[in-house]
Amino acid sequence: MTDVLTPVLTKNWADAKSWTLDAYSKTGGYDALRKALTMTPDEVTTEVKDSGLRGRGGAGFPTGMKWSFVPKDNPNPKYLVVNADESEPGTCKDIPLMMATPHTLVEGVIISSYAIGVHTAFIYVRGEVLHVIRRVQQAVQQARDAGYLGTNILGSGFDLEVVVHAGAGAYICGEETALLDSLEGRRGQPRLRPPFPAVAGLYASPTVINNVETIASVPSILANGKDWFGSMGTEKSKGFTLYSLSGHVKNAGQFEAPLGITLRELLELAGGVRDGHELKFFTPGGSSTPILTAEHLDLPLDYEGMAGAGSMLGTKALQIFDDTVSVVRTTLRWIEFYKHESCGKCTPCREGNWWLVQMLTKFEAGKAREGDLEKMLDLCDNMGGKSFCALADGAVACVTSAVKYFRSEFEAGYKTPAWELLPYENSARFSVPATTGAHA
Amino acid sequence: MSGHEFESYFPESGSVDLADRSTSIDETTYAELRELASRYPQPRSALLPMLHLVQSVDGRISPKGIEACAEVLGITTAQVSGVATFYTMYKRRPAGQYHVGVCTTALCAVMGGDVLLDTCTKHLGIGVDETTPDGSISLERIECNAACDFAPVMMVNWEFMDDMTPEKAIALLDDLKAGQEVHSTRGARITSWREAERVIAGFPDGLADEGPSAGEQSLLGLRIAAEKGWTAPGGEPKKRTRAKKPAGEESAK
Repeated sequence: MTDVLTPVLTKNWADAKSWTLDAYSKTGGYDALRKALTMTPDEVTTEVKDSGLRGRGGAGFPTGMKWSFVPKDNPNPKYLVVNADESEPGTCKDIPLMMATPHTLVEGVIISSYAIGVHTAFIYVRGEVLHVIRRVQQAVQQARDAGYLGTNILGSGFDLEVVVHAGAGAYICGEETALLDSLEGRRGQPRLRPPFPAVAGLYASPTVINNVETIASVPSILANGKDWFGSMGTEKSKGFTLYSLSGHVKNAGQFEAPLGITLRELLELAGGVRDGHELKFFTPGGSSTPILTAEHLDLPLDYEGMAGAGSMLGTKALQIFDDTVSVVRTTLRWIEFYKHESCGKCTPCREGNWWLVQMLTKFEAGKAREGDLEKMLDLCDNMGGKSFCALADGAVACVTSAVKYFRSEFEAGYKTPAWELLPYENSARFSVPATTGAHA
Repeated sequence: MSGHEFESYFPESGSVDLADRSTSIDETTYAELRELASRYPQPRSALLPMLHLVQSVDGRISPKGIEACAEVLGITTAQVSGVATFYTMYKRRPAGQYHVGVCTTALCAVMGGDVLLDTCTKHLGIGVDETTPDGSISLERIECNAACDFAPVMMVNWEFMDDMTPEKAIALLDDLKAGQEVHSTRGARITSWREAERVIAGFPDGLADEGPSAGEQSLLGLRIAAEKGWTAPGGEPKKRTRAKKPAGEESAK
């Protein structure tokens, strides 16, 4: 039986100057790379495959399998792209990782590139996180200066260059094919699949795209072995992962635990929901994963547990909303996000989110009419599964799950403004003077 | 947002202001644009960083900047404009010396982000996407900035400002306007928006070693594990390097 929390990625986050090569080396940094370079690339891939590591960016696809899809006979160069465009509402795990220990990511990039046969890798960081960009830039430079990057790395004959690339503000670029278009210097718009990136990705060459946390988990697997990794977690969801608790908890923050921990356990560690209040709803893994309620507190937070409850594990971004919160208001604000971030390529998403915002605005203001709820759900039906990527599906999941659990609150929007039903000032983290009609 | 019936209405769209031809782009800029292009297997991949560099030089995406990118990459100005108008970090109107953002995506909005935005607009006397007349501060309503455990959050020149309150927001704005040295809660001392854009373009400013390794919230699980002696299998319990904060100190008021 493993411990409740299992710090691996977070283990050195509190160390002095944890982001430097010196600090990283003192804790065994780059030893996993040395070990990997004594193995064949296929052995490294097999170790990762057999560990059971699944993608931590949301979809949960088996990492080693993804690597093995790269065709060996393709004459084009192969690329690894790290998706560090963390922007899914609620998600805040990759940013602190890259801030505190960017070398974990860089070492993971080198080992993974070696396994896949990549000689140019990219770290695509969202542009809006200046200090994180500084730390990753510096880590790559330090790794290069130390001979972990460049030609003939540690005498192995393996060559690798890593380019740190900053985005420019677009949630859609977290979608892997939009990210590739963006990295090619274009508007970030998703591509139709097939062909999949493993066959025709960046510059139409074989490309592997992995999330920051996924790649950062690789060095520990190489250092400690697949059995060690698999001794944590559940049968199909192996290993440790970062759970991010935010919102109305006493102590918000990051918790690194074996997959399968429950929200009840995590809430206990976080000191519970803030005093005097109860949990109303939560997202298991960002705003695109259908919301759940207190009845789901004891479900394992793993890929299967969340799928079984009609939701998704997603990015393990647990946004906690207490009983003061208007679900109508929250849903509107999420849909405003999707409207803002829709790239505009597919009509159902571009227009659908636009219409949803207008409908939800009426529900919020208490000005919706009888039948509007059915109309809104019908609109959702015309949006879901009808676009190139899953952005609209995420938006639809917000609305349909909110209506599923809190239908009466939407129906109240036929008469009562949401800010009268549940005064907004009660939800703020600081005290807000209640003023008549103020709902900003 | 409200008050419009079902109609197509795109208030935030619009093209680059071609009337303003002012620019500071010179041969040095061209050399740096070419350097960025040389970092990639295919030069066009450098377009996003190049546009960040244009902003650092001209304080906005200038017509000359678009022409320079097109020239260096051998693509059309229409192709460059198409990219420049897609991404929200590219500003077609000059941003302030300090570009301030308030997160109002769902969780931050609920936790107080709406109140913070209201506080900022009132205190500065400007609206969203506007700049103060003296050019010191511009204001933006930002979407989720991946700092949700520190909600409600703001940012200055894309540096984190965590755990904000209206009082802290007003003090921050006053300090910025007065030219006081301001530090990010999880980052470096605040430089200028143009200097920040230069780093984002790919030219480091040497400030990576400033600031903490992590915020308190980022370390919460680690601290609890240390206290309880919890580790990953085979691990030694990590000695605490800093005193644990009393329980509840980080909690909501």
